[in-house]
Formats: sequence, C-alpha cells, structure tokens
Amino acid sequence: MKILVPIKRVPDPATTIRVLPDGTGIATDNVKWVINPFCEIAIEEALRIKEKQTGEVILVTVGQSTWQEQLRTGLAMGADRAILVKTDAALDSLAIAKILAKIAGDEKPDLIILGKQAIDDDANQVGQMVAEMLGWPQATFASKIEIAADKISVMREVDGGLETIAFKIPAVITADLRLNEPRYASLPGIMKARKKELKEIAADSLGVDLAPKLKVKTLAAPPKRQGGRKVASAQEMVSLLHTEAKVI
Amino acid sequence: MGDVLIFAEHQGGHFPKSTLTAVHAGLELAKKRGGKAVAVVAGDAPEAAAGEIAKYGVAKVIALAHPALKNYLADAHAQALAALAKKEGAEFVMATATAMGKDLFPRLAARLGAGMASEITAINDDQTFVRPTYAGNVMATVEIDGPIKVLTVRGTAFDAAKPGDGAAPVEKQNAEIDAGALKMEFVSFNATKSDRPQLTEARIIVSGGRGLKAGENFKAVLEPLVDELGAAMGASRAAVDAGFVPNDLQVGQTGKVVAPELYIAVGISGAIQHLAGMKDSKVICAINKDEEAPIFAVADYGLVADLFKAVPEITEEIKKLKHS
Ligand SMILES: Cc1cc2nc3c(=O)[nH]c(=O)nc-3n(C[C@@H](O)[C@H](O)[C@H](O)COP(=O)(O)OP(=O)(O)OC[C@H]3O[C@@H](n4cnc5c(N)ncnc54)[C@H](O)[C@@H]3O)c2cc1C
Ligand SMILES: Cc1cc2nc3c(=O)[nH]c(=O)nc-3n(C[C@H](O)[C@H](O)[C@H](O)COP(=O)(O)OP(=O)(O)OC[C@H]3O[C@@H](n4cnc5c(N)ncnc54)[C@H](O)[C@@H]3O)c2cc1C
Repeated sequence: MKILVPIKRVPDPATTIRVLPDGTGIATDNVKWVINPFCEIAIEEALRIKEKQTGEVILVTVGQSTWQEQLRTGLAMGADRAILVKTDAALDSLAIAKILAKIAGDEKPDLIILGKQAIDDDANQVGQMVAEMLGWPQATFASKIEIAADKISVMREVDGGLETIAFKIPAVITADLRLNEPRYASLPGIMKARKKELKEIAADSLGVDLAPKLKVKTLAAPPKRQGGRKVASAQEMVSLLHTEAKVI
Repeated sequence: MGDVLIFAEHQGGHFPKSTLTAVHAGLELAKKRGGKAVAVVAGDAPEAAAGEIAKYGVAKVIALAHPALKNYLADAHAQALAALAKKEGAEFVMATATAMGKDLFPRLAARLGAGMASEITAINDDQTFVRPTYAGNVMATVEIDGPIKVLTVRGTAFDAAKPGDGAAPVEKQNAEIDAGALKMEFVSFNATKSDRPQLTEARIIVSGGRGLKAGENFKAVLEPLVDELGAAMGASRAAVDAGFVPNDLQVGQTGKVVAPELYIAVGISGAIQHLAGMKDSKVICAINKDEEAPIFAVADYGLVADLFKAVPEITEEIKKLKHS
C-alpha cells in the first residue's frame, strides 16, 4: 500500500509559549521544534501498515527550508522518501489542503494518514479538507485501523463512545492519541535517512490558489486565572465550596 | 448578507447543551451582522426534532431530510449542508466543535471553498473572531474572507440559548445528495455506558489522574464523590492512556473542553494540555500530594494531601452537609 503522510513542524509540547509584545507571532528563541505528536502517530501507523503488507511511506510537509529537519526525523523512523513543499507564506488550512490534494493527485497514494490536529494552531481541519477535495472517504480521530483486502474499517473516538465506519481505498484517515505509540528513530535509521530522497518543490509552482481565506490579525495572551489559595483540610474545602463559592 | 445557518446537532431528537450554545452564538452573530439565524436539523426524519429547536429564538428551522442522513457520515452531511448553504444564501455556516462538528465542518468548508475558523470563543463587532491556539495559551484574532464563512464555536465560551414563548416556522426540504458519490459506511457505535451526566453538560465535574494509580481506584475512591455530587466524571490523558477509564472522558487540549461551575481535579498534575480543557471552569478545586503541582496555580481551593485519605473525607463532609 502506498501511504502519504503529511506532517507539520511545531514547538515541543512542553515549551512554554509566549506571544511577542506586538502580537505578530510567538517568541521562538528558546523553542525546540519537533514533529507534531499526532503526525508522529500518523507516521507510525503508516509504517506498521507497510511492515504488515508491502508498500511505500512518503512524507510531505508544507513549510520553510528548516522543516527538512522533521522530514529527516520521519525518514529516520522508517519512511521511504519525503517531499518539502517550500513556502514562506502564511497559508491557511484550505491552502495547505489544496497543496496536499495536488501532491496526492501526482503521487496517487492508497491512503493519506494525517494527525487529527496540529498542537500549535489547533485547527483540526486539514485532513477533512483534503478528503473532500479528493472526493475520498474520511475517518478522523482514528484509534484503530483494520485493513482487510481492499476494505478498511476504522474505529473513531467520538462523543459518548467509539464509532466504527468502513470504506474502500483510497481514503483519508486522521490519527488520534491512542492509535499507537510511535517508535523512536534508531541510530541505523538516522544513518540511512541521510541517503533517502528528499525532494523540494516550490509551493507557487503547483498552480493552486494559495491566498488565505482565513487571516490571522493579531495574537494575544489569554487573561490569567487567579488561583493558588490553599485550604488546610477536607472539611475546610467543603465548607468553603458551600458558603463562599456556593457551588455545592 | 449576514444570514447565519446553524447546524443543530441532535442525539436522537434531543438537543444537548452544546448545540444550544451554537444556537446562542448564531443568534448573536446574526444580530451583529444584520442577518437572520436559521437552524438546520438533518436526518432521515428530522421533523420532530426541528419542531423542538424552533422554540429557541431562530427565524426559521429547516428540517433537512434524506435517507442517507440517517446515521451521521461526513460525506453525505457535507454534501447536503453545502447545497443548502448555497441555496439559502447564508453568509455564515456554524456548528459547535463537538466530535461531529470537528469532523464535518472542515469538509463542508472545503466543499464550499470557504475559509474556516475553528472553535471560536468570541464574536467581535468588527468582522473578526477570537479563537484559542497553542493549548489556549495564545488567543488569535482572525478574519474570514469570501462570500461564505465557516465556523465552529467552542461550547464553553457561549451561553446556551433559552426557549421562548413562540416557535419559528419549520420548513421541510429534501436534501440534495449525489448518492453515487457516497463512499462511507456506518458500521457500529459502541456507547460508553454511564448513568452520569455527560462531561459537556455537567454542572460539576470530578476528574482523576495518574495519581489514582488504577482503574479500581476510580471506582472505589473517586466514584462515591462523583455520585454524591451528581457530577460527571473526567480524566487526564495519563489516566485514559493507562486504561483506567474510557477514552471519551479525557479532558484537555486534545480531549474535551469543559467549563462547569465546579471542577475538582484529583491526582492530576496540571500539564498545560490538561489546563487547556478546564481552566475556564467557574470554580476549580485541586487535591494533590505535591504542593508544587502546577494545578494549584489555577485552583481556587487547593488541598495538599494524599488523595486516598482526602477524597473519602470530602465525600463524607458533603454527605453530612446534605443531611444537615
Ligand atoms: C508565520 C505564520 C503565519 C500564519 N498565518 C496564518 C493565516 O494568516 N491564516 C491562517 O489560517 N493560518 C495561519 N497560520 C497557521 C496555518 O499555517 C496553520 O498551520 C494551518 O491553518 C493549518 O492548521 P493547523 O496547523 O492547526 O492544522 P490541523 O488541521 O490542526 O492539522 C492536522 C494535520 O494536517 C497536517 N498538516 C497541517 N499543516 C501541515 C503542513 N503545513 N504541512 C503538511 N501537513 C500539514 C498534519 O498531518 C496535521 O497533523 C500561520 C502560521 C505561521 C507559521
Ligand atoms: C500531543 C499531546 C496532547 C495531550 N493532550 C492532553 C489532554 O487532552 N488532556 C490531558 O490531560 N493531557 C494531555 N496530554 C498529556 C499531558 O501533557 C500530561 O502528561 C497529562 O495531563 C498528565 O496526566 P496526570 O496529571 O494525570 O499525570 P501526572 O502528570 O503524572 O500527575 C499525577 C499527579 O498525581 C499526584 N499524585 C500521585 N499520587 C497521589 C496521591 N496519592 N495523592 C494525591 N496526589 C497524588 C502527583 O503529585 C502528580 O501531580 C497531552 C500531551 C501531548 C504531548
């Protein structure tokens, strides 16, 4: 099976994020950049499917030159080759999805597996948009994927329980937290990754309209919550909840 | 211009609070942009449910019917809603960012070629919206260009719409769906069995973390408190990953976002990803044996204690209070 895995570079989830005073972005001086955790899960799932059958895992990212680092990490995990769609522009999800749909049109994968959400912009949009643009079925928030012949069934984490849906390939799946536990890149993997193909394509050479429909005007820190008060005992806690906070 | 189409998600004809928050936000948006708010209820036989939501202040309800809309599937729903949005000339299409809203609306936006803002928390007067990013640590002010704009709203950021005296007219329409293009099949739904309130509906939530140490302790230690308060039960990701409780109880950036009147965090350290899902609760209590745990920084009432001792004591105190 040929699997395309779009990945995004994001700040390490343990980073404390600060907004620049002028509201134009976040302070990036002490940021460690990593593969979006959900994209790591997507890569892992693609690798497992490939290992069970045969096939190819192709990574793609839409971003700046520096994003190569994350593609190399994914190659070191075991992906076969990578594509960097290069742009310095501020693209919205719709534009990113158009680019990915175009790449899918050229590569003709059987499956596209993405993260359910990027933990920086938290949009949770790209996978669903790509699925619609290609006219493919989608399974978001996947926590289990079963492949039988050409039919795929996916268990999804939804409100109130777990839903299972089924469809034929080609299809789009987005990974939730409990789909798998991603492997680390091994040392031999890292060595091999250096020699794997990493192709660069300029985003504006693809002939898709990249003008964003969603524009970010400013960023700001949220109001800070005032907490920190300690109580001495269970009795005091319950009594304050009753008499002061009046919530019980 | 300015008309708002609100996708009113229902659970077998019942409208959860999360849907009513989208209705409220839709009414606010229509008022600010000088349009009217129209609700749409989709299903194979949506008329009865449509009649119900008609009481909540909208100008009209469309009962959008088609056999393919019986079980929720993204492709059929996206087709039907996109066609309806165009036909009605809506400027905004919105829903709550529930699992369904998150699944459907980006697909709908792509079908409409529209820009989409996810999980907005405020509607500004100047055409912009506010949405949280970076686990709620950065609030982005965004603007959507184009004739149609797609939005999901964060349920906790808006009040629930209230029923009025009258009811809006209900108009039945048959959904426009190209059945040949449908490729998804519903197989099954495995509901988490619980008699407790749902997380996004509850007035009080008691959540447990890794500090509970085992699934049995959720039952033996946490559940008596949960049930004494008539609360919903939540959990941290660590507790869900360890298999202590079902997945859909996860509160946080990548789980459910909640804002009850009272949130009690038990044996939860307070990682930013967890805080992202509960820090807008009205009152927060924390019980943790580590006085340095970050959860205390957002807690109105923090108790530094061993939870296995403190939680039964709290449960006992609440019992006493009820019977006094
Ligand atoms: C300098 C800067 C300016 C920006 N300005 C804007 C703006 O004006 N308007 C706006 O809407 N957004 C803007 N953004 C954010 C925008 O680029 C988002 O990244 C985009 O909208 C996707 O949303 P998301 O990252 O939350 O993706 P989600 O939809 O949450 O991501 C889901 C999955 O999609 C895939 N994916 C996401 N992004 C990529 C990617 N780049 N390449 C490959 N796969 C990907 C991954 O598999 C990911 O797990 C800006 C970002 C930067 C860095
Ligand atoms: C991509 C990504 C997404 C994530 N999304 C989420 C999310 O949506 N929701 C979420 O919750 N997390 C999420 N996380 C995980 C998050 O970073 C934390 O790892 C997690 O919240 C920790 O759970 P915890 O507080 O239960 O466990 P821990 O951090 O291990 O804390 C356990 C706490 O219990 C206390 N404790 C132990 N024993 C006792 C006792 N006997 N009495 C009292 N206190 C005790 C300890 O002092 C400690 O503070 C995400 C992480 C990533 C990378």
